[in-house]
Amino acid sequence: MKNTQPTTADLERQLKRRSKAAKLEVWGRVVSFSALILIVAVVVAIIGFVASKGIATFTTNHVNLWDFLTGKDWNPGIKDAHGKPEVGALSMIVGSFLITILSALIATPFAIGTAVFMNEISPNRGAKILQPVTELLVGIPSVVYGFIGLSVVVPFTRNVFGGSGFGILSGTCVLFVMILPTVTSMSADALRSVPRYYREASLALGATQWQTIWKVVLRAATPGLMTAVVFGMARAFGEALAVQMVIGNAALMPHTLVDPAATLTSVLTTGIGNTVMGSLQNNALWSLALVLLLMSLVFNLIVRLIGRKGRLH
Amino acid sequence: MFVNNDVSKQDMEERHIVQPHDPDHPVVLSTEDLHVYYGKSEALYEGDLKFAQNQITALIGPSGSGKSTFLRSLNRMNDRIATVTGKIMYRGVDVNQPDVDVYEMRRRIGMVFQRPNPFAKSIYDNIAFALRLRGVTAKKDLDEKVERSLRQAALWDQVKDELTKSALALSGGQAQRLCIARAIALRPDILLLDEPASALDPVSTSQLEDTLLKLKEHYTIIIVTHNMQQAARISEYTAFFNQGRVLEYDTTSHIFTNPRVQVTSDYVSGNFG
Amino acid sequence: MLKAKLQNKIAIGALYGVAGIVVLILVALLGYILVSGMPQLSWHFLTAPAKAFLKGGGVGVQLFNSFYLLILAMLISFPIALGAAIYLYEYAKDNWVTSVVRTAIEILSSLPSVVVGLFGFLFFVVKLKLGFSILSGAFALTFFNLPLLTRNIEDSLHTISENQREGGLALGLSRWETVNKIILPAAVPSILTGVILSAGRVFGEAAALIYTAGQSAPALNFADWNPFNISSPLNPMRPAETLAVHIWKINSEGIMPDAKAISSGSSAVLVIAILLFNLAARYLGKRLYKRLTSA
Ligand SMILES: Nc1ncnc2c1ncn2[C@@H]1O[C@H](COP(=O)(O)OP(=O)(O)OP(=O)(O)O)[C@@H](O)[C@H]1O
Ligand SMILES: [Mg+2]
Repeated sequence: MKNTQPTTADLERQLKRRSKAAKLEVWGRVVSFSALILIVAVVVAIIGFVASKGIATFTTNHVNLWDFLTGKDWNPGIKDAHGKPEVGALSMIVGSFLITILSALIATPFAIGTAVFMNEISPNRGAKILQPVTELLVGIPSVVYGFIGLSVVVPFTRNVFGGSGFGILSGTCVLFVMILPTVTSMSADALRSVPRYYREASLALGATQWQTIWKVVLRAATPGLMTAVVFGMARAFGEALAVQMVIGNAALMPHTLVDPAATLTSVLTTGIGNTVMGSLQNNALWSLALVLLLMSLVFNLIVRLIGRKGRLH
Repeated sequence: MFVNNDVSKQDMEERHIVQPHDPDHPVVLSTEDLHVYYGKSEALYEGDLKFAQNQITALIGPSGSGKSTFLRSLNRMNDRIATVTGKIMYRGVDVNQPDVDVYEMRRRIGMVFQRPNPFAKSIYDNIAFALRLRGVTAKKDLDEKVERSLRQAALWDQVKDELTKSALALSGGQAQRLCIARAIALRPDILLLDEPASALDPVSTSQLEDTLLKLKEHYTIIIVTHNMQQAARISEYTAFFNQGRVLEYDTTSHIFTNPRVQVTSDYVSGNFG
Repeated sequence: MLKAKLQNKIAIGALYGVAGIVVLILVALLGYILVSGMPQLSWHFLTAPAKAFLKGGGVGVQLFNSFYLLILAMLISFPIALGAAIYLYEYAKDNWVTSVVRTAIEILSSLPSVVVGLFGFLFFVVKLKLGFSILSGAFALTFFNLPLLTRNIEDSLHTISENQREGGLALGLSRWETVNKIILPAAVPSILTGVILSAGRVFGEAAALIYTAGQSAPALNFADWNPFNISSPLNPMRPAETLAVHIWKINSEGIMPDAKAISSGSSAVLVIAILLFNLAARYLGKRLYKRLTSA
């Protein structure tokens, strides 16, 4: 049977009618775009709300930004000799940076070493055992890390160094173990993306396996490895409960690693429920949240810069 | 023998285009002054071809000469990736106009691709689901249309007992014929095929050719192929593309026995390169 | 040459050592959680309500809350993430708007969960007056979950070959129909894997919840399934401490006499749940993929 064809005029009408598919397409675009816009709106709202609350300390309560960033005394309820509220966040900022940097310093060699082992030295065992285990551990809730810190690390520090056991050292240990799986697993991804022929070429030139790893594989994977470490640091910096459980929550400048200290997150989690909305005590806490948010933007920026550098190579 | 691969002035002057003019097979599709640009670079310069109804037209030419670009422009599959200017006259309507509904148009001008691309559905659903979306819902209707399409694509006898099996389990040749069945289930007017046999073994290829020869009773077929014998075996008309231009267009027998343009002659005799 | 060989030996030995230590730490960690927690597990522990000042309470209510919040959060976040992923992967042009949107999503994924929780507190609990409630918690978890889930779904869309899309378009389907009827069904195994893995993350989240879903678990009447009744488990306006929040809460308050045992048990439950999520994701993904590709 031949297809019977409409006249040209009919055909033109049929072809220029908006079909169901065309209508569905518009609908689909609108629906999916709305979902996307919703996410963007959430991000904007979070940044906007936290920023407006966090800035109130400086605008409504007239706290000096410099005093906030460099002051060592944190007692938002109390006024100092000059009648100014004591809202120096330095001890917490230092605490946050200290545990972040220390835990990243310890975790990095272990994580990259393990990733190299998984990927270069024993790929079989790596793929079968190490990879699934690290991936599982990435998903372990941070309160569990906190609880183990509380029941294992803190008593251990107490017995060895005396004191309460709470402090930067315990926090660092907990964060080290917590970010280890994340950094390991991301480092392994970075190594995996180095093309196989890089290694083959190097080995064919007579380089030993270690020389190949050191000079070729690690070098090629550097941007990815740096990203992994920065991600680990971002996670450590923003971690709240696990740190709060073991650091002692004393907003004092840390003089040793084994005295109780505080981080931005730990003061936030303990404080926000005990202050009245709109009070200086409360606003000061929101300023800490704003610092936290800004730092996470900074980490984000660093990751982007690394990514851009990596692409140039 | 040395052949200059560039389209020289001479080639352009030699250009030999004879459009089909057979009263039994009127022209259903034609392009007028068609240009295609990928970004700034022009991939097709003024393709002017007419296609005769219920005939097979083969598009041949070296790699990168613009055959796929041309073919994909015909049912506007290139809309998102290229700029296409000029007219595409389909039965008197210029379908290269923004107010033409591309979805409606593609139902009339169907397409089959180089790599068989059955959907991750049962054999039955591969064919039935587009019909359902277009309002065919009665089970009896669907069954009948699925069977007819599969028969026309010469696949029915092989799969009639396993219609619920996943289409991804079919062999390459079967999968390609399923894709043809899927395309013709919508009863298109024209069928565009881009190297449909290049991923198939010789037996499947020859089965596919038989299928196409039968299909031309119902459809107008335009096929891109790299296989000279295939073009010679199945097509009535052949267009030779080179460097984004149609250098020669004529009946297939003319192109293969008596090409007028030197490059065409080199190409069909295998001396090209 | 000799030096290089020696160096090679030492370095590789050191790598064995490093990997060994890491394995030891990870195994000790998992071992500690399971060994100290498993003995606490019993039917009573998993179903009984908690006791604040006495020994022998359970985590029944908290466990239920965790699952209820998880399901609600997933129900809210999945459609949004799906829509966003479809737009980003199937429609978005490569221009500055897209790159701004992608940046926004990345920022959301890197925000500390405590910040997300504080925003939830400010917006839902205080501004919208939802109070410490399941609903506030579910929204906070949604924000926390959206970026990861969107990314997962986008990756899943990426695994489906471009020629499937062309196949759909060539049949005269719109891109929307093509995605919904061809691409998504084919991507179900991988989307499901992503959903379950992100569910694991949501299940253990606590920081985003302490100031949104709250830190108390009023007794529930498991015979009353009318969501409008105050003691009904389904009531979305009641405060709902989850298992993860419970661990934090009893450890920072220190008034429950057997807090340590309860925490061990709860930790084990969390870790086992995550493990099951992981296994389920792998298993279901593979199973569904097989179903899709065979008879
Ligand atoms: N998506 C695209 N973007 C940019 N340029 C393209 C694209 N597709 C094709 N081209 C270019 O257009 C020209 C024609 O390509 P086309 O695919 O049409 O050739 P072809 O004749 O089909 O070749 P083949 O026989 O290899 O399939 C080539 O130079 C090619 O590089
Ligand atoms: Mg081609």
